[in-house]
Amino acid sequence: MRVNFTVNGRPQEADDVWEGESLLYVLRERLGLPGSKNACEQGECGSCTVRLDGVPVCSCLVAAGQVEGRDVVTVEGLADHARQRSCGDASGTSLDEAKGWQARGTDSQTGEGAELAPIQQAFIDAGAVQCGFCTPGLLVAADEMLERNPDPTDADIREALSGNLCRCTGYEKIMDAVRLAAARQQEAV
Amino acid sequence: MDFLRPASWEEALAAKAEHPTAVPIAGGTDVMVEINFDHRRPEYLLDLNRVGDLYEWEVGEDSVRLGASVPYTTIMERLRAELPGLALASHTVASPQIRNRGGVGGNLGTASPAGDAHPALLAAGAEVEVESVRGSRRIPIDAFYTGVKRNALAADELIKWVHIDRADGPQQFSKVGTRNAMVIAVCAFGLALHPSTRTVRTGIGSAAPTPVRAKAAEEFLNAALEEGGFWDNGKIITPSVAKRFAELCSGACNPIDDVRGTASYRRHAVGVMARRTLTWTWESYRGTAARSEGVA
Repeated sequence: MRVNFTVNGRPQEADDVWEGESLLYVLRERLGLPGSKNACEQGECGSCTVRLDGVPVCSCLVAAGQVEGRDVVTVEGLADHARQRSCGDASGTSLDEAKGWQARGTDSQTGEGAELAPIQQAFIDAGAVQCGFCTPGLLVAADEMLERNPDPTDADIREALSGNLCRCTGYEKIMDAVRLAAARQQEAV
Repeated sequence: MDFLRPASWEEALAAKAEHPTAVPIAGGTDVMVEINFDHRRPEYLLDLNRVGDLYEWEVGEDSVRLGASVPYTTIMERLRAELPGLALASHTVASPQIRNRGGVGGNLGTASPAGDAHPALLAAGAEVEVESVRGSRRIPIDAFYTGVKRNALAADELIKWVHIDRADGPQQFSKVGTRNAMVIAVCAFGLALHPSTRTVRTGIGSAAPTPVRAKAAEEFLNAALEEGGFWDNGKIITPSVAKRFAELCSGACNPIDDVRGTASYRRHAVGVMARRTLTWTWESYRGTAARSEGVA
């Protein structure tokens, strides 16, 4: 079947989609957006977290046909999504831009490069990325929480990220990164 | 596989009548796992995401009419006052991502003994309204669970609403697992005080082939509370009464040994949760009773 939906602000069309296929598979294998990670395929790990009509969901548990006509934001579109939120610039991210997206922060270690969402820069600055497999899901979940709750307590952060497993960091640096992003967001206001 | 996309409730019923083997999918948090792991290859998937009725709820005088697809997140945030037991149970469901998608209709459709909503529905008192092209009927929650992952639905029926009695007293929910998030219940317990009828209702999860009430325990406690005038005098529950209640709740279990826990552990833990939830709710009831006495 064919599925038409919006990905990172731009209309997309996926063809020859099998009826039992997940949104995650469509994003990774049909649209070439491998940012959302495929780990547990049962909603336990949160690595595949995307926004569906603004709401964080596990894309491995959404049937492709269920997203017809709906709006999806993936980690590749997070920088643009954050920019839109702060200054209302709604250009969206094209598939080619999204496919070419790389995490190049603005500090000396990672060099000048692609624009990052504040939460992405905070993850780099706080050293919250180790193997990186859980990072996209954590970024999407953390960004959504900061949108909803600009001044989160530690308990709020833990709750918002409770569906995202990380086997490297022990979560402390991730907590640091989200606190940092929240503090920067408040300074900017 | 065919993907059926009804745009309305009527279309969904017609599709289910035409294809009784169609598997309804709403939040997808159970169905997609089975498909991803190749445990299930349904001939038809019946997508209910576009059926708006299922996402609505209405707070009535005595009960709440809850759409089958209302996400657990919404129940937690919007229905905590009316359905405190179910709101507590909803908060223990998996993770925010799952709570954003899953709803009570899915728990009922899957009818796993480990579904988190069941103990709360049993304790509060609920009816499941199901419909087919032949008409609709309301199934009392006590008659809904018919076996392990089996329920009272006919092949052409879909779950539309769950009618849950509004809380008339304190309610509690307790669940045993290895951590706070992303846990399938080792066992769970729901308890609701119903001061308007002077009764207590219970619900046990994951400790029998189906979710069950501890009826003998309820009868014992109802009689003990009545006899001691507890509803009026607001005294603390006698420890021997709480102990006997806990034993009877343990006795209502018919658990198995599995990877999550042993049968004897489940029996023990249900007893502990029964005593604790009784204490918590009763303390809360006494608090309110004392306050209203003070005002009068």
